[in-house]
Amino acid sequence: MLQLEGLRLSQGDFTLTADLVIETGARVAVIGPSGAGKSTLLDLIAGFQMPDAGRVLWNGQDLAPFPPGRRPVSLIFQDNNLFPHLTVAQNVGLGLRPDLRLDNDAQRAVRRGLERVGLAGLGGRKPAELSGGQRGRVALARVLLRGRPLLLLDEPFAALGPALRAEMLALVGDLASETGGTVLLVSHDPRDAATVADQAITVFDGRVDPPRDTATLLSDPPPRLREYLG
Amino acid sequence: MAQRAQPLGPGTWAGMAVAILVLGLTLGTLGAVFARAEDAAAFGPGDWAALRFTLVQATLSAVLSVLLAIPVARALARRAFRGRGWLITLLGAPFILPVIVAILGLLAVFGRNGLFNQGLQVLGIAPPSIYGLQGVVLAHVFFNLPLATRLILQGWQSIPAERFRLAASLGFTTRDVNRWLERPMLRTVLPGAIVVIFVVCLTSFAVALTLGGGPGATTIELAIYQAFRFEFDLGRAALLSLVQFALSALAAGLAAWVALPAFGGAGLDRVPQRWDAGNPLARVADTAWIVLAALFLIVPLAMVVASGLPTIGQLPASVLMAALRSFLVALGSAALMLLLALPLAIATVRLGRHPAGAALEVTGALSIAASPLVIGTGLFILLFPVTDPVVLALPVTALVNAVMSLPFAMRALVPALRETEAAHGRLADSLGMTGWARLRFLVLPRLRRPIGFATGLAAALSMGDLGVIALFADPTQATLPLQLYRLMAAYRMDEAAGAALLLLTLSLLLFWIFDRGGRGNAAT
Repeated sequence: MLQLEGLRLSQGDFTLTADLVIETGARVAVIGPSGAGKSTLLDLIAGFQMPDAGRVLWNGQDLAPFPPGRRPVSLIFQDNNLFPHLTVAQNVGLGLRPDLRLDNDAQRAVRRGLERVGLAGLGGRKPAELSGGQRGRVALARVLLRGRPLLLLDEPFAALGPALRAEMLALVGDLASETGGTVLLVSHDPRDAATVADQAITVFDGRVDPPRDTATLLSDPPPRLREYLG
Repeated sequence: MAQRAQPLGPGTWAGMAVAILVLGLTLGTLGAVFARAEDAAAFGPGDWAALRFTLVQATLSAVLSVLLAIPVARALARRAFRGRGWLITLLGAPFILPVIVAILGLLAVFGRNGLFNQGLQVLGIAPPSIYGLQGVVLAHVFFNLPLATRLILQGWQSIPAERFRLAASLGFTTRDVNRWLERPMLRTVLPGAIVVIFVVCLTSFAVALTLGGGPGATTIELAIYQAFRFEFDLGRAALLSLVQFALSALAAGLAAWVALPAFGGAGLDRVPQRWDAGNPLARVADTAWIVLAALFLIVPLAMVVASGLPTIGQLPASVLMAALRSFLVALGSAALMLLLALPLAIATVRLGRHPAGAALEVTGALSIAASPLVIGTGLFILLFPVTDPVVLALPVTALVNAVMSLPFAMRALVPALRETEAAHGRLADSLGMTGWARLRFLVLPRLRRPIGFATGLAAALSMGDLGVIALFADPTQATLPLQLYRLMAAYRMDEAAGAALLLLTLSLLLFWIFDRGGRGNAAT
């Protein structure tokens, strides 16, 4: 269970506030216009930024003392999810050990992860030799290997076309079901929210509202959201 | 922005340790010189003359280099021609050219029996001497005109091509373009270029040693060397060191005051289409400037090659041994530079806008104004009670050279590291890549190119350096530049020519190998 308890962060004129609970295993879309604070919210959970007040708790434990790499969190960014100078297998292997000292078991796990996302046999390639969709799959294989219970996606696969993006998001959904992971997906496309997430959070002008049922929210949006959806 | 309070990693601590070492070498050595100066020597008339000469030659060198560079840069900015890229690469060469080699080349052209003077004699004009103020300034212009040209050319290239299109659509003449586009650019670029060259010329030693000297043409650096080496007058050396240090502080202040240009050479290969430069007069003038600048650079170097070729095959063992020594010092110095520069760059980027980060960046730039002779004198005094400094001549030379090439390394490494951290830092953080893993799998692979470039630069600069080694070495452990200087002083010009060609080859080769190693097979 992820708890954001009286969370507040000010940056100049902008203030983000959040006070909510997300159940384990939930898939939550984060919807709102750009500049509203969606990415800042993810940064606070991932540990890239520290709140001025309030706490981020996972299963009751305060995450404040943990740097980003030691939080129960895996991340998918908009781009730069892979190191271009490392091979596919190395990129995935970093999810097991950041120093890449991989024993035989670990190497087998890397191969299995690549198989699971449909990239068997491509471990020796560099990211530049893959298509955009394949690169996304590599990042997901790493998420799988890390086995962290909370997956944060910040407008993921933005460079992919709509069909391919839907396919990747479906894969995210499958992986989350298999591992029982909790998913937070930032997107400005409500269709993404509808396909993957059963719940949705709205962020307007730094105000983060608690999760609601996606279908209800989208069928009967409050005024601000209606304006945004157009 | 409330950035996460990052715990200070080992890289950051190492960077701070390096900063302290650099400060110790630049400031601490000055203190050592002072502590040993028994009685405060009075600042004599000779010292005043040295101070005056230092300022006059540095000012003249900076202003002349930049003034001459403006038309050359303008010509390069608006003319596309075959060999343009090659010429721009050549403009980067003097930076890694051993000073003493260039001087030999300049002597072959502008010396008493040089090509230029013979030409003048044919015309019935009495040739001026290359020794003294004019020679020192000539050599400085030779080294810095290319640097100034590149800096100003960068300014020209920074004017977006669309502006020239707009100017053309408004019917601007050459004069209008100059007034509305070029002069505003020059106003921002020129002060920085002048200050950089002024600073570099303030600590001029090898040029003054070979082309200057005597009461009328001694720089402070040369005066320190003479006080230390010939008179062993530590009081005077200390006093002169203080003056040199004050000059450096003045220079550092100047540099902080004007925006210093970046040393990068990126994007110099395109020529925006120009509609205002079509008139024949401008075309002729541009061609003349390009040809003159190219000749000024190429002929002295061609003379070194031509006169060195016959003797390079039969150099005496003393020269070959000196070459080997220099080669090893250069490799050691390049390795040391990396050991210093990497942690310093990592700490600088990691601490970011924190005041400590700014302090580290300043420290990294400090030695551009520091005086190798002051550092050398201080180290000699510090080492003297412990061991025979002469034994340590070569390691000390490698260390001082490494510190002197730090500013250039930092200029190559820090922006590249910032870029890497911006693009991949969050991913690395989220995967928990810290310390050695981060260095090995993120920093080193991404920084391969700037590391190769900086290492090549440090190796070449050390290979050709004639500075600290002149203070320390006895005849049995001369480096190649020092050996070359001795050959010249003994008028053994044939051997000197061969040695100069060898030194030139080794310097360029060292730079090329490392720079190439950084580019080759680069992972993208």
